[in-house]
Amino acid sequence: MIHATLNAYIVISVALFAIGLLGVLIRRNTLVVFMCLELMLVASTLALVAFSRYNGTMDGNVFVFFILTVAAAEVAVGLAIIVALFRQRQTIQIDQLNTLKN
Amino acid sequence: MGTFLFNVFVLLTLVAALGVVVNKNAVNAAMCLLLSLVGVAGLFVALNAYLLAFLLLLVYAGAIVALFLFIVMLLDTRGDARPTLHKLPLVARILAIGLVVAGVASFAARGTLPEPVIAGVPALGASLKLYAYQLFTTYLLPVQILGFLLLIAMLGVIVLSKKFEGLEDIK
Repeated sequence: MIHATLNAYIVISVALFAIGLLGVLIRRNTLVVFMCLELMLVASTLALVAFSRYNGTMDGNVFVFFILTVAAAEVAVGLAIIVALFRQRQTIQIDQLNTLKN
Repeated sequence: MGTFLFNVFVLLTLVAALGVVVNKNAVNAAMCLLLSLVGVAGLFVALNAYLLAFLLLLVYAGAIVALFLFIVMLLDTRGDARPTLHKLPLVARILAIGLVVAGVASFAARGTLPEPVIAGVPALGASLKLYAYQLFTTYLLPVQILGFLLLIAMLGVIVLSKKFEGLEDIK
């Protein structure tokens, strides 16, 4: 039972990815930027599942499985980096982390 | 009924994702992320990928968003109101939003994929057995690499968050 076309799913996925990208571009809080990165990952998984369903293959679904695992590892490491950063600099605002500039 | 639910989940996904982007408060942003993930899980169910919907809720909503909330509470960046050095120019912000909207709109308007015939296509993602079969035959090596990746990530997090005695002078 399928309620929408493949095109609809891909448009939703692109829209979700674009919203995530927008967040990465315009937000300054590192944590929120990281959340938007997660949104982009989820958008890509949605496209994979949709393609997999409409073509009757299993590969996309298994890849989503892998993406979920990698995302979990990535979030753990990323948040540890953010905490370490906060310990050093007492801020996680992106535009104040400019030691390498100049 | 099914189409109605589909529309509800689409709306939930996109509106909550926008909420993540526009919310000033990081805790509210995390909650919006949670809602958006629930919407995506609903879309997975609509695509007959029940296991993936369950895993998405379990891993993302259960673990990752909880971790985010934990870190947001731990860091407590509300007192972080020092004046920023460079205000992101309004022009750049509007340009970014305009580009994103234009991209999605052009894709939605013109990018029509050749529609596969869905009637006879089996919902392979619905059966658990196929996942197990694929993971333990075709994708056996990636599964093992993934195990190592998790181990490395765990060790990396321990190293990152532990304070070592002899390394203080590096700062």
